[in-house]
Amino acid sequence: MSKPAKLALEDGAVYAGYSFGADGEVFGEVCFNTSMTGYQEIITDPSYCGQIVAMTYPEIGNYGVNEEDAESRQPFLSGFVVREYSRRVSNFRANEELEQFLARNGVVAIQGIDTRALVRRIRDRGALRGVLSTKDLDDASLVAKAQASPSMLGRDLVREVVTDAAHDWTQGLHPLTRLEDSASEHVETNGVAPESADFRPHVVAMDYGMKWNIPRYLSQMGCKVTIAPGTMSGEEILALNPDGVFLSNGPGDPEPLDYAIKAVQHVLDQKPIFGICLGHQLLSLACGAKTFKLKFGHRGANQPVMDHVTGKVEITSQNHGFAVDRVGLPGELEVTHTNLNDDTIEGVRHRELPAFSVQYHPEASAGPHDSSYLFERFRESMSVASR
Amino acid sequence: MPRREDIHKILLIGSGPIVIGQACEFDYSGTQACKALREEGYEVVLINSNPATIMTDPGMADRTYIEPLTWQLVEKVIERERPDAVLPTLGGQTGLNLAMDLHRQGVLEKYGVEMIGACPAAIDKAEDRRKFQEAMRHIHLDVCRGEIVNTLTDAREAVKEIGLPCVVRPSFTLGGSGSAIAYNRDEFDSLVQRGLDQSPITEVLVEESIIGWKEYEMEVMRDADDNAVIICSIENFDPMGVHTGDSITVAPAQTLTDKEYQRMRDASLAVIREIGVETGGSNIQFATHPDTGRMIVIEMNPRVSRSSALASKATGFPIAKIAAKLAVGYRLHELPNDITRETKACFEPTIDYVVTKIPRFAFEKFPEADSTLTTQMKSVGETMAIGRTFKESFQKALRGLEVGRFGFGCDEKDLWGTPEQPTLDEIRPKLATPGPVRPWYLRYAIKSGMSQAEIFELTHIDPWFLDNLCEIVELEDELRALGGLKHVDADLVRKAKRFGFSDRQLSHLLEATETEIRSYRKSLGVVATFKSVDTCAAEFEAYTPYYYSTYEDEDETPVKDPERQRIIILGGGPNRIGQGIEFDYCCCHASFALRELGIESVMVNSNPETVSTDYDTSDLLFFEPLTTEDVLNICDRVQPDGVIVQFGGQTPLNLARALATHGVPIIGTSVDTIEDAEDREKFQQLLKRLGLRQPANGIARTKAQAVAEAEKIGFPALVRPSFVLGGRAMEICYDRAQLEGFVAEAFAAANGQGVLIDRFLEDATEVDVDAICDGENTLIAGVMEHIEEAGVHSGDSACVIPPYSLPGPVVQEIRDATVAMAHALNVHGLMNVQYAVKKEDGRPVVYVLEVNPRASRTVPFVAKATGLSVANVAIKVMTGKSLEELGALEAPVSGYVSIKESVFPFNKFTGVDIVLGPEMRSTGEVMGISDRFSMAFAKCQLAAGILLPESGLIFISVADRAKAPAVDLATRLAKMGYELIATAGTAQTLREAGIEVATVKKIQEGHPNLIDHLIDGRIGLIINTPRGKGARTDEGRIRAASVIYGTPCITTIQAAQAAVKAMEALKEEELNVLALQERFAEAGV
Repeated sequence: MSKPAKLALEDGAVYAGYSFGADGEVFGEVCFNTSMTGYQEIITDPSYCGQIVAMTYPEIGNYGVNEEDAESRQPFLSGFVVREYSRRVSNFRANEELEQFLARNGVVAIQGIDTRALVRRIRDRGALRGVLSTKDLDDASLVAKAQASPSMLGRDLVREVVTDAAHDWTQGLHPLTRLEDSASEHVETNGVAPESADFRPHVVAMDYGMKWNIPRYLSQMGCKVTIAPGTMSGEEILALNPDGVFLSNGPGDPEPLDYAIKAVQHVLDQKPIFGICLGHQLLSLACGAKTFKLKFGHRGANQPVMDHVTGKVEITSQNHGFAVDRVGLPGELEVTHTNLNDDTIEGVRHRELPAFSVQYHPEASAGPHDSSYLFERFRESMSVASR
Repeated sequence: MPRREDIHKILLIGSGPIVIGQACEFDYSGTQACKALREEGYEVVLINSNPATIMTDPGMADRTYIEPLTWQLVEKVIERERPDAVLPTLGGQTGLNLAMDLHRQGVLEKYGVEMIGACPAAIDKAEDRRKFQEAMRHIHLDVCRGEIVNTLTDAREAVKEIGLPCVVRPSFTLGGSGSAIAYNRDEFDSLVQRGLDQSPITEVLVEESIIGWKEYEMEVMRDADDNAVIICSIENFDPMGVHTGDSITVAPAQTLTDKEYQRMRDASLAVIREIGVETGGSNIQFATHPDTGRMIVIEMNPRVSRSSALASKATGFPIAKIAAKLAVGYRLHELPNDITRETKACFEPTIDYVVTKIPRFAFEKFPEADSTLTTQMKSVGETMAIGRTFKESFQKALRGLEVGRFGFGCDEKDLWGTPEQPTLDEIRPKLATPGPVRPWYLRYAIKSGMSQAEIFELTHIDPWFLDNLCEIVELEDELRALGGLKHVDADLVRKAKRFGFSDRQLSHLLEATETEIRSYRKSLGVVATFKSVDTCAAEFEAYTPYYYSTYEDEDETPVKDPERQRIIILGGGPNRIGQGIEFDYCCCHASFALRELGIESVMVNSNPETVSTDYDTSDLLFFEPLTTEDVLNICDRVQPDGVIVQFGGQTPLNLARALATHGVPIIGTSVDTIEDAEDREKFQQLLKRLGLRQPANGIARTKAQAVAEAEKIGFPALVRPSFVLGGRAMEICYDRAQLEGFVAEAFAAANGQGVLIDRFLEDATEVDVDAICDGENTLIAGVMEHIEEAGVHSGDSACVIPPYSLPGPVVQEIRDATVAMAHALNVHGLMNVQYAVKKEDGRPVVYVLEVNPRASRTVPFVAKATGLSVANVAIKVMTGKSLEELGALEAPVSGYVSIKESVFPFNKFTGVDIVLGPEMRSTGEVMGISDRFSMAFAKCQLAAGILLPESGLIFISVADRAKAPAVDLATRLAKMGYELIATAGTAQTLREAGIEVATVKKIQEGHPNLIDHLIDGRIGLIINTPRGKGARTDEGRIRAASVIYGTPCITTIQAAQAAVKAMEALKEEELNVLALQERFAEAGV
């Protein structure tokens, strides 16, 4: 832990620590994630594009990195911040140390700083732009750079992370995630149906920066999955002849993504739709809702969400800085899920059409599996539509 | 759905006395439950036999029964109170078992009492191993391969499949007692036999050995709508094979990826649903194979457990309180999170620090016991520490243990670099066999250059933990190599503090005094910062002021209100024999009293089991080790107007001088006074001035001096080290040879201090007095007469309020002497005095044995016996109120007899001689209250689990000096229809007195001897006063065997006399129950 690094914020705060990833200087919105496990999934979640992510849990790196837990082809986040990087890996599945993984993927990372102080600052002042550097260690210069860096608002980050061309997806869930294989009828919240020969709906999964566990779930429950770039038009989507269209998560502000909103509007009354996170915002925007930037977002694996249909609470994995506004929510959208912490909208459905979406991550990874029933709900809506 | 309107009155069952496996955590959970239910407007009826608890304070429940915890007496409570429901899941295994007894006996049905929280079927499914395994298979969760058997023959058959080593677990025992690992056939047979005997349903589980697997625990909560959340995950540092209560444990889990963690979470939720615990908390244990990840479910507690208390303190989430509210119908999302206020209790806490719990053992009290750690719990207490990293929390926890260690080595007790430095050959077995010293030997192994791979092979401690320990040692070596304080820069000091090094350790590494280290690092700006425990990793603002120290940039302690006084109460740290729940009771009362006075109360403690570390007991809570450095760091931040050292037992007193030297304002009795009372010479002069008597005594610094002093004073002599708690290494020596044999041990325990030698007063009656002095007046709170003679440690003897045999003038003399000493010593606050009353020339003479100007172990008992809130009055006096102002010049007089009886952990240390002596060995206490002595004694025996037989065979064997009273007892027993048997000597004495008695062989005389009778369960009671002591003597073996076969054994003639009175009373009358509130109302309290 010899090489120094610094994290500076636009409000003038500077945190001095040590580098444990790649050398360099990166900019981004500084945010924090409160999940105590799942750093690999978080690092490889494309939704963090344009962000410097601080982990609130202080000991990171303990179980290394493995090939199975990746959520995309590479990390897209700008930087990574922890209190204590563990030099020792202990896990039967690990095949690389986190430090090597970050360095190999060009991720600048800092350890040794008072991450709790950082989190409290972000909580009190809202999301802040920052710069993380191993090159420039001059406080004033770094603060100036942070102040000059671009804001999240109005930026299209999706184009930086999407896949180039449509392709098929066949991988299912990891065996560790499939408790239902052994305990299907008992774990209601994990009740993904086994593969069924009768009905194999074709899902076009719009990739705006999709976490891989989403197509894994779709595939696991017997869907034929085509991953399509998020830039694809509505006509192109329908040309793939899907039974349903899935709208994925992705980074940044949904409002500038007019091409994606248009595409959703085009397929809305044609096919069943299920959206997650950015996909939820796009569906809402397509129906005429507005979105707004949260003070510092929801990022973690412990967010309680009430399902208004069942009256039950699920503990959810979340990662979003924007949310759908209750004010001006169009009449055709019904709020189905609400966040119990701050009462923000967590899920909507269309009153007439088979379209619904959630702000959180039912595919978990990292996070609890309480919400995986939503995939089944999507499958049902496709099944009804196909009859 | 909000609270249930169809129930109004709820019965809570407590967990009884503190025993190994069931400690203060159930006072914590019960107290939270009382508060939570009353807050909702329910009437709460509480039954618990343990007077030292906060929950049995008359203000905590509407009706409080301090009565024995048997289903028959609970039925009497139910009959009187007619509760609508019983909540069985907050009183530990005792409460759960009792509720199940009430169910099985049809009591609940008879009186229409509903079991809430968990229904009998769910409890049965979780507790019955066979049903539990079936349930797990039903949800396709992997379990340990094993078979449940009811005979040795079946067990032998089963082990053929399962293989050795294997685990033998008896069903339905407390704290996993009786569980052990069999490595060979002989061991297997004997463990199975013992397990079958110990299991109330003659059943054991023979199971595949998963020793060395990684061990985890998950704390789950569920509401009536089936919303379920995980509160905390715990990873054990010590892998499978060591009981989780005896393991070092860490929260949260450190080495699980999200996929593995979520698999465990899914499994936990599946288990609680399958078992069917409707509402509340449960704890589920898992093991995973380190190489394959295979996960198996070990067991589930369908109730709030020790781990729940740990999880509550580790996360800030009040599991017991929420469990109580869920039991009366609330849903998790209808309850607020008290800590953040704006969010709900329906979430999963996330923490931004690491918590380490380390158990504390008491093997020095039981030298004959096997100190190997196994699947049966043996620790008597625990400490928890919070740090930002594992390294920091681990070292903090080690110093929080209060065993004279200040971190991971580098202190006075460190053997490294001394002539006693262990060799590799000595280190290896200490690693391979888990025991209380293993943490220190891990360091020696690292220091010796043993590879992490080899250490792992020997211990199976996860490499992640081992590497963290190596990092600590690497930094130690780096610091040591610097050659002194002046070569250390701010960055390195800061790094060391962030690794958890104490100033004391640094003083050893950097050749400076602790004070020099402190001022040096402060001059460099390296000071402790305090962060809050907020359940949410700072995502939301926290309103609950619960803090831990760490070395970071930002401090979160609140600024002091200039209008308000701020007073720190130092707690008692981990439970140990001699210092336990009684002192936590005192600290909590100190806090309550301060808050009554409008003073900001600040609690410092490191024991996660306690009520004092509950987040709403005090205005500010610091979860910190009780060392000079850690307390000074807190004082630097919070700037207290006063610090109270009188209430937490010996722990804070040991810090008092150092704190005072650093300018910390100690309130109440001054440190000088405390020391004067401990200083033999000054105290002797004081007594002389007051005209009070003391047994002849002297002090010795060498063995030769000890012998000379003893010769001068005369035998028998009581020999003990000064400044040592709970009668550690204390012995009565009857002659020179015995003294010479013992004195070396006393010097070893004295730690450089002198050894005290007193003339031992034989056949004297011991008396304890608790008093409060305000400088002007002295309130005698309670005068307690002991049942056992002086010489039995006061913490181990039964004691009675009011005195039952002492003449009035003697009691008055004792009261007067107490007042005189309180004034002479200038006590401000509590004082405890021990007296011995010895008949000399037919006239009782009063001797002063000891004065302690601090809260004593008996404070809660006195409060429950008299109705006077002793601790509350004492605090008010310490903050400047006079007794007169408080209207507390006289203690109320109760019309009842209250007896406190001690409870011992002998069943966990089989083979140990149970004879009572000057070394304290009890872990807990119970109380019996009645309108007369005999019935009160009967109750306290029953409450302590000593079942006095109603008929049958009684064995009597007494020392010569007890022969005369034995004849009287035998006559009365025979008259009641009991059959007597005795060994030849006693039998002859009894026959000569005309009593019919059978003779039984001594052990060396062949068979059938007494032990054979014990095994066959023919003996209902043993009365055996010792001639000799020790597990190797014949009678020692008999006494040890009585523990194994569960036969009550009384070892003093005074206790036997009380027992016979009780047996006589029980023949005439039934036991009855009465609430504390009713008793106090009669006394006008």
